[in-house]
Amino acid sequence: MFTPEMMESVKKVEATRAERMAMEPRRMTAEEKDALLKEFHPDYKEEAFCEIKIGPNKGQKAPKELVHLLHSNSRLLADQVDLSKIDYDVDVLVIGGGGAGASAAIEAHEAGANVMIVTKLRIGDANTMMAEGGIQAADKENDSPVQHYLDAFGGGHFAARPELLKRLVMEAPDAIQWLNKFGVMFDKDEEGNMITTHGGGTSRKRMHACKDYSGAEIMRTLRDEVINRGIPVVEFTSAVELIKDSNGRVAGAVLLNMETDDYLVARAKTVVIATGGAGRMHYQNFPTSNHYGATADGLVLGYRVGAPLLYQDTIQYHPTGVAFPSQIYGALVTEKVRSLGAMLVNVDGEAFMHPLETRDVSAASIIRECTARGKGVTTPLGSGVWLDTPMIEEIGGPGTIEKRIPAMLRMYMNYDIDMRKLPILVYPTLHYQNGGLEIGGDGFTKVIDNLLVAGEAVGGIHGRNRLMGNSLLDIIVFGRNAGKAAAARAKDVELGEMNLNHVEEYAKELKEAGVETGDVSPLLLPKYARHER
Amino acid sequence: MEKMVNVYFFGKQYRVPAELTIMTAMEYAGYTLKRGCGCRHGFCGACATIYRIKGKNELHTCLACQTQVEEGMYVASIPFFPTDKRTYEINEIRPEQRVMMELYPEIYSCIGCNACTKACTQDLKVMQYIAYAQRGDFEKCAEESFDCVACGCCSVRCPAGISHPMVGLLARRLTGKYIAPESKHLTKRVEEIHSGAYDDLIEQIMQKPIDEMQELYNTREIEK
Ligand SMILES: Cc1cc2nc3c(=O)[nH]c(=O)nc-3n(C[C@H](O)[C@H](O)[C@H](O)COP(=O)(O)OP(=O)(O)OC[C@H]3O[C@@H](n4cnc5c(N)ncnc54)[C@H](O)[C@@H]3O)c2cc1C
Ligand code: SF4
Ligand code: SF4
Ligand code: FES
Repeated sequence: MFTPEMMESVKKVEATRAERMAMEPRRMTAEEKDALLKEFHPDYKEEAFCEIKIGPNKGQKAPKELVHLLHSNSRLLADQVDLSKIDYDVDVLVIGGGGAGASAAIEAHEAGANVMIVTKLRIGDANTMMAEGGIQAADKENDSPVQHYLDAFGGGHFAARPELLKRLVMEAPDAIQWLNKFGVMFDKDEEGNMITTHGGGTSRKRMHACKDYSGAEIMRTLRDEVINRGIPVVEFTSAVELIKDSNGRVAGAVLLNMETDDYLVARAKTVVIATGGAGRMHYQNFPTSNHYGATADGLVLGYRVGAPLLYQDTIQYHPTGVAFPSQIYGALVTEKVRSLGAMLVNVDGEAFMHPLETRDVSAASIIRECTARGKGVTTPLGSGVWLDTPMIEEIGGPGTIEKRIPAMLRMYMNYDIDMRKLPILVYPTLHYQNGGLEIGGDGFTKVIDNLLVAGEAVGGIHGRNRLMGNSLLDIIVFGRNAGKAAAARAKDVELGEMNLNHVEEYAKELKEAGVETGDVSPLLLPKYARHER
Repeated sequence: MEKMVNVYFFGKQYRVPAELTIMTAMEYAGYTLKRGCGCRHGFCGACATIYRIKGKNELHTCLACQTQVEEGMYVASIPFFPTDKRTYEINEIRPEQRVMMELYPEIYSCIGCNACTKACTQDLKVMQYIAYAQRGDFEKCAEESFDCVACGCCSVRCPAGISHPMVGLLARRLTGKYIAPESKHLTKRVEEIHSGAYDDLIEQIMQKPIDEMQELYNTREIEK
């Protein structure tokens, strides 16, 4: 329950509610947003970044923690693996069992390829499972793919790669239909119209949802489909290094059984990296909304074989992570809470911003409220602002919260906070990796023509900021595309002899640059175990 | 000093801060979790756990990531439970009662003990959704089971050996695919795109210089 000091502030929030309900806070001008971001967005905090010293992005910046991994060597430099003993031999190897990986595997299977998924935890133990808010697609009368393009391009600060963004918006309705045909239960009215809402930065209501279990509903359906099709899924097994062949292509991956610590060799004609995000890197010590295995592995794997990164210096901090209670610190409070009408309110009960600005602007604005302006609410782990959830019931009628955002209600009820009656405390949480490995419109990395990337591990689809609902969309659109493309390419690939020479070359470069960290990467799991000595 | 409590992981005693969840308390105790930990935020069902408070009779099931530790908690995680998923081809089945009879016949052996409902970590009416499945009322089963995270705690306690989360999943897929009405606006838009209705427009916007895009973006009309 809230502390007495918090309850004092709640009274102020309640006192201004009626007045606030009658007005719509002003949206910021483009100039105001720019100034706000520069001063308060974590991406602009120079000391949190450093320079990458080797490889294709040499000279560019990335978060320190990521650079540390890029400046670390492969496990396989010390641990020898016999590549002649092949444990799995397939056409298409999909690394990562989230939404992008599952979509890729299903499409590769559909195309007749011999495909397999390898994944760190269980299939579906992934960021996809946790997505709450929804998925965008321009399928309503007043909307169009062009409008969707404009929203995403502007929201991403005009930095998205046009050929990627085009694919995202043009194939969006198709993606929704594909999911619906597998049986994903989208929220619909009696006539079958999709119930759609706004997300931060959308100009049309195009957010499709499955209550606030949107990602879960998509993921469990795709997982079920993968299993129904008999696609092999090797769980609790991580890819720790890509294997190359004598022609400079990729030829599979070295895998690590997470339980036994044994290495395995998977040979493949095409490889899809679908390893997702990096929240568990805790950039700038932020808490995170991400799953346990989100440690940027795919970026490290790709970078070591020479694939360039794009926008690796832009991270999305979701404006509304849980600030209190501490047990669920950093967990996501879906943007849908704001879509449904809840306002962001400071310690004095003032609505200090429009609730539906884009995420980077919202996060920076909350940080400003809690720091420079000193209008945050103090919590045991820092501070936060109110998200005035009782407004939802007043706007949508009693029962709206239970019907539309049951997961949120349940999460808080576990700690005796009834968000229907009391506002909740939020602060930005590390949420999404905007950048990642660079791909072309066809899904292949630009340097290796049988290596593909899909999902959150890709950089460039969204530019420098992603809108809510465009990621679930991108994992389906680009996951499917990668599966099809990988299956087709596999038909033409003749693999040469397998080797791990790049691991040694990388080590040499690190040594020459004088930046070896002494650690190994990819990280695989965050180090949470506390050891007293 | 922060308040500490005694908990027992697999019978071994540890003293941990009282504010932690079972999951973070295990990490505090020194465990590096490999199994039984997925999303860490109550969505994936990886962290199914069973516990009993010392001296009390009742057994509780919970999600380790969503449950705070208590004094005297005896904890065992259930990182895997052999629920039984049957496979099918979604395009070949229909939302008929027969489908459940064929794929999950054991649901008809339910003895109505309600242990599943009591065990549910999401407070779902599990016995009820199984009853809907028995009757072939897939839509109700889907609705009632919608928030299921497939942790399997219900199945652990079921004397009839039913794999509840799999039954709910089948009902939801049948509902989403066959029972929910078609979204005509979606079908129409897909056809329009496939017929090339937006090809020129999208090419045009892709070609626009940045300043023009900025102007368009900053002045775009926002639906109320
Ligand atoms: C809490 C939360 C809420 C969100 N809400 C929304 C939303 O409402 N709308 C929206 O559009 N987006 C949302 N997102 C973003 C979106 O869900 C993710 O960006 C997207 O699902 C990522 O999908 P993916 O398949 O690329 O990665 P993931 O789903 O994370 O899957 C990657 C998989 O790869 C595995 N893996 C990682 N490294 C390795 C390795 N070395 N070897 C083998 N396997 C590995 C991981 O364990 C994981 O299973 C949300 C994200 C979070 C965390
Ligand atoms: S119904 Fe689902 S959420 Fe509830 S106990 Fe069973 S598996 Fe877990
Ligand atoms: S636990 Fe099994 S037998 Fe008991 S009510 Fe639930 S489904 Fe029926
Ligand atoms: S770890 Fe996913 S539900 Fe607890």
